[in-house]
Formats: sequence, structure tokens, C-alpha cells
Amino acid sequence: MHYGYSDGSGEYYITIDTDKCTGCGKCVRTCPQSALQLETMFIDLEDKTVVSVTEEHRKKIKYTCAPCKPETNNTHCTSVCDSKAIKCTWKPQ
Amino acid sequence: MKEPSSVKDELEFWRWREYSRIVEGKQWTSKDIITAGVDVGSVGSKAAIMVNGEAYSWGITRTGSNSPESASKVLGLALQGTGLKASDLKYTVGTGYGRVNVPMANKAITEIACHAKGANYIWGPSVRTVLDVGGQDIKAIRSDETGRVVSFLMNDKCAAGTGRGMEVFADLMKIPIEEIGAISLKVDEEPPPVSCTCVAFAKTEAIGLLRKGWSKEKVLAAYTRAMAVRMANLINRVGLEKELVITGGQSKNIGIVSRIEVVLGVKCLPMPNWREKGLDPMVAGAFGAALFGKALYEKAQKS
Repeated sequence: MHYGYSDGSGEYYITIDTDKCTGCGKCVRTCPQSALQLETMFIDLEDKTVVSVTEEHRKKIKYTCAPCKPETNNTHCTSVCDSKAIKCTWKPQ
Repeated sequence: MKEPSSVKDELEFWRWREYSRIVEGKQWTSKDIITAGVDVGSVGSKAAIMVNGEAYSWGITRTGSNSPESASKVLGLALQGTGLKASDLKYTVGTGYGRVNVPMANKAITEIACHAKGANYIWGPSVRTVLDVGGQDIKAIRSDETGRVVSFLMNDKCAAGTGRGMEVFADLMKIPIEEIGAISLKVDEEPPPVSCTCVAFAKTEAIGLLRKGWSKEKVLAAYTRAMAVRMANLINRVGLEKELVITGGQSKNIGIVSRIEVVLGVKCLPMPNWREKGLDPMVAGAFGAALFGKALYEKAQKS
């Protein structure tokens, strides 16, 4: 699942691999901006609890995530994830 | 095809046709697994009835201000003339923007999963990329041969390029929405696209162009082009893999579809002939939901 957008100033995406995500919630607790949440998704006829970006932050993640320096792909959420399910794509122009 | 008389009002250019259809030559018995999918979108509500996982009937209406009411209305439309009662439905799945407000649903599933599944049902297992152009958002979905979602991306901030944006333009141009695509193609040369980030901006820009003396066709071409570019960007971001299909109301807009094909340099799978016998791509989400309904019902029976 990709969350984020590209606008005139560049591309900003948080990508969550819902196959790898175990729903442990470590990233939710570590996120300094409280931008992540656990959500139930319907995958392969099962309800699976996975992490997602909150509705509130989806349309402004460029600003929300900026303090963590997502362009390094080494943020609170990515480094705490044991299954490497979170990825940041940051390409400001 | 049924047509409520109230939609014939000629002053409302954005109005698209509400209708229901029963697939010819299909029968049902009480032994069959009859399931329904109700897709309450932001602009349109769709309901599909399936018998043993095969499309049986469907209906499309405009979503009103009350989601539960729209859900009941559209399901009633799909059931109309089939002899089926709501109590004959073994399992009902709600999906779409208003999915949590579908009172008769046994379960709510996100429209992403349902559209991928529905597109897989309509066009078959070769579908890998689904572009769903809904009333207020655009979704690019990548799926595997079973219709399982592999990757997904929703559009950014606003309604530009969506069905509602197109309705705004239909009203502005005083052209019926169903003709807008064909008219946008009546230009000798493709004009440069208008701003594609915002409907309000695009509308202002379009009014300016009209005042400059541009023809309606040319302005529509510029707008449609801008929207197609926007959709193509979204697809590229999620990764284009053949075959590509378009679902949602805008799949019926030939101006959009043909321009996406030009911008991306690939052909979409051909549109089913929904006006006559084919399945309607606008109902893809509801078909997918009804298919999930069948799978969930069977799973419940086994356990």
C-alpha cells in the first residue's frame, strides 16, 4: 500500500508491505508524529491487522514526516520494523 | 434498460443514466448461492447480484445524501424484476466510500480489493493493472492473475480528474456528460493541457480559454488531456504492467480512455459492450464484493 502523493514540489510516499507487516504496532508507538495506525484490511479472505498512515496525515505527509528525514529511508518507523515492511520514497525536486 | 422519468431533465447536463439490468438466460433456484455486492461510492451507488459467482443482475443509481438509503435503493433496483427477495441473499458485502453505512451487509470490504477482484471477473486473469476512476478519487491498483491486490495507490489531494470533476465540466460546457468524451476528441490537434491539480483552478482556466475564443471541443480536449496525464502519472507510480483496464464511471469516457492510451503508450483491454449484453465496468467493485460474498459464505459453511 502506498500512502502519499506527488505534487509540484516532488514525490512523497510511505509504502507499507502488507504481506510483510505483522501488525505488531512497534512503528505506531515509535512514530513521533502519531501518523501511523493499525487498520484491519481484507487480504486473502482474511481480516488482517496491518499498519497504515492515518487519514489525517495522508495528504500532508511531506510536512508530517519531514522531521524524521525520510529521504534517508532511516526513520523511526523504518528502523524499528523487524520485518522491513515500511519504506519511504522521498524525491523533492 | 429501465429509465426513471425524473432523470430526463434536460437542464442537468451532469446527470448520467441510472439503470438496472438482468443478464439474459440465467435462472436461479433456492439451492444456488446467491450473493450481493453493494458499492456505495461518493457519486454513484452500484449493486450486483451473483448466482454461484456468475453475474445475474445489477443496478446503478446516484448516491444521495444518505448512504444507508442509497444502499437500499440500489439493491432494490438490482433485485427488481428478478423475483428475488432481499431474504434470498445468502451473503451481502458492502464496499466503497460509504461501505460502513450499508445496513444489509454481512461484511464491509475496502473497494480496492473489490475492484481488483471485479476487474479480474470482467476481463479475466490477464488483468494486472486496474485504474479505478471514481466520483471523488482515482485509484491505481496492481493485481495478480487471481485478482489479489499486489500494490495500490490513491490519488492526491483533490477531485480533478475524477467523475465529479467531469460532471462540473459537463455543466459548465452545457454538454450532456455521456457525450463529453466523444466531443473532446473532435479537435484537429491536441491543445496543451490545462492545470491538472484542482477542479476549481481548471474550471477557472477553462472559462478563460472559452473567453479567449477557444471552442468547447478544444477546451474539453485540454481538460481531458490534463486529467489523462494525471491518471497516467498515478499508474506509472504504481507501475504499469499489462493488461491495463479502467473501471468506474470514467471508463465510459472515450476521451479519457483514448488519451490515457496515448500518454502511456499501451492499449487498455477493450471495454465490454455494457449498453447491450456486456458487464458494466462501473459495477466492477460491486461484482468483486459479490464474489467475496460467495467465498465468505462458502468458508462459513465449511467451518
